[in-house]
Amino acid sequence: MFKVSIKKIFKYLDKINTKQSLRVSGNRVVRKGYATLTIDGCEIKAPVGEILAVTLFVNGKLTLKYSSRIKEPRGFFCLMGSCQECLVIVDGIILPACQVFVQEGTIVKTGINK
Amino acid sequence: MTKIFTNDIKKVDLVVLGAGPAGVAAANVASKEGAEVVIIDENSSAGGQIYRAPPNEFQPQNSFKSDEFREGEKQRNILENSNLTALFKHRVWSVSSDLVVSTVGPNGLSSWHARSLIIANGALERIIPFPGWTIPGVIGLAASTILLKSQYVLPGQSTVVAGCGPLLIAVANGIIKSGGKVSAIIDLNSKSDWIKAFPRLLSRPDQLFKGMSWFANIMKAGIKLYGGHAVTNTKQVDNVLRISIAPINSAGSILDSKNQKIVEGDCLAIGHGLFPSTEITRLLKAKHIYDPLKGGWVPLIDDDFRSSIPGVYIAGDATGISGAFSAVQKGRIAGMAAVRDLNVMSSQKYKAKIKSELIILKKNENFGKAAVRLMKFRPELIQTITSETIVCRCEDVFRSEIDEAIESGARDLNQLKAWTRCGMGPCQGRTCSEAIEAILASKVGSRELAGQWTGRTPLRPVPIEQIIGKYTYEDIPIPENAPL
Repeated sequence: MFKVSIKKIFKYLDKINTKQSLRVSGNRVVRKGYATLTIDGCEIKAPVGEILAVTLFVNGKLTLKYSSRIKEPRGFFCLMGSCQECLVIVDGIILPACQVFVQEGTIVKTGINK
Repeated sequence: MTKIFTNDIKKVDLVVLGAGPAGVAAANVASKEGAEVVIIDENSSAGGQIYRAPPNEFQPQNSFKSDEFREGEKQRNILENSNLTALFKHRVWSVSSDLVVSTVGPNGLSSWHARSLIIANGALERIIPFPGWTIPGVIGLAASTILLKSQYVLPGQSTVVAGCGPLLIAVANGIIKSGGKVSAIIDLNSKSDWIKAFPRLLSRPDQLFKGMSWFANIMKAGIKLYGGHAVTNTKQVDNVLRISIAPINSAGSILDSKNQKIVEGDCLAIGHGLFPSTEITRLLKAKHIYDPLKGGWVPLIDDDFRSSIPGVYIAGDATGISGAFSAVQKGRIAGMAAVRDLNVMSSQKYKAKIKSELIILKKNENFGKAAVRLMKFRPELIQTITSETIVCRCEDVFRSEIDEAIESGARDLNQLKAWTRCGMGPCQGRTCSEAIEAILASKVGSRELAGQWTGRTPLRPVPIEQIIGKYTYEDIPIPENAPL
């Protein structure tokens, strides 16, 4: 009886959780070490080594840049360095966010072409 | 003087492009025979996309380690215990006709002059556009597999998984296994397409069994599966994607556009199969042929995986989609052929060794070919590209503009590019080539007549800051004034 109700509570918590819960929980994978990045002026903690595009994604930043001609919002699409849709400014250099990994102190700016 | 002017070019026996299963196998076999080998990859470690490694800082629990994870670890160990030079986090942005490979890495530019070159750059994902495919939150199936297996992140709170082929089932199963929710599966293949593939899939019973257990997980989770359906439209309402789907026939034609259903989720993971990556072989002006059963355009190769360019070999899915298992044999054969042509390996030894490889290749290829049939290109699926749909994402080129250019007389792909800018953006046409070729082919008669885009450098955008390195104003050479 008791076990069942705890399960139900967890299920409920899962439901009301925000985007952050997109990271699969710690009992399946251990993420060693967290770093603090500055994303568009906000400090965000993220696991060291995570793909920057993924960090932005789980923090609700789906729009990373705007398209060149009609300026519509775009987010990461291929996640393997091919499509160039996830371009952001990392420490002053324009790079695909899917080819950058979380490191302490990185400064990220999104919204190219806005 | 800074490195831009002292960018010395190192000469090596063999350069392998791509450290997926084919590249690793090729580099390893060539290095063991005594050749000096450099292997280059954009990722931070070996494995390609199929065996993509999680970051070193992530440790999956034993019960959560997949077969792919273990296979990837095996390949990464092979590289670590070999004599070859492995350059990771290096983007190849040019390959010249005299086989000079130019890269940009964490320490700036470097170039390698290869006596032989093995291209093992794998495949790209085909995604046929539909209204709404550029909305953030609509991502590729391949992207979803990277999220799941290398980042341990779900693509959404509630994901709609759409498209075709093994990746469709892999992504849906991956989401369920990771504790996520799949709201619906939209499969281009109907039940009868899967049944037709079954006998060929039997060539690898182990893999067939794995696929069936994934399928059982999906059924057990009670996920609604729409077989023989395609996504025709996606709209964003607040944070929800409203995805319209319609039944299609086997050519991809929409059967009943009035009878559309709507499914919802906060993420749409979609992919219409894989096609071989030809950007480097096109750049080198190698001969290509169009073969739908190999996934599309492929470089022409002989039995030993030599391309039409002397000294250039192709391995893995870049020779035609057939999967990770056969990629290993393709890599080994290409690697051995390269060292034999360099006279590092004797012809007798080559002949003796190649026999067993060919037998395994055949078996693995049969399995791969069945998978290719499940993700074969359906020419009439371009119906989902309405005239107001963006086809080329980089340059925001609409279908109506493509049609207009063809109407006005653009008869091959390069003409179409010059007229509309499609395929001219930073992705070099990798994302839209399949759709644009198919649109043009539907008007001119065939993919062969539509042709291919001429390969262009830079293969990947190179930030000017990375090219110039620490070059400053003082480094600018000022030539002496000419005497008046």
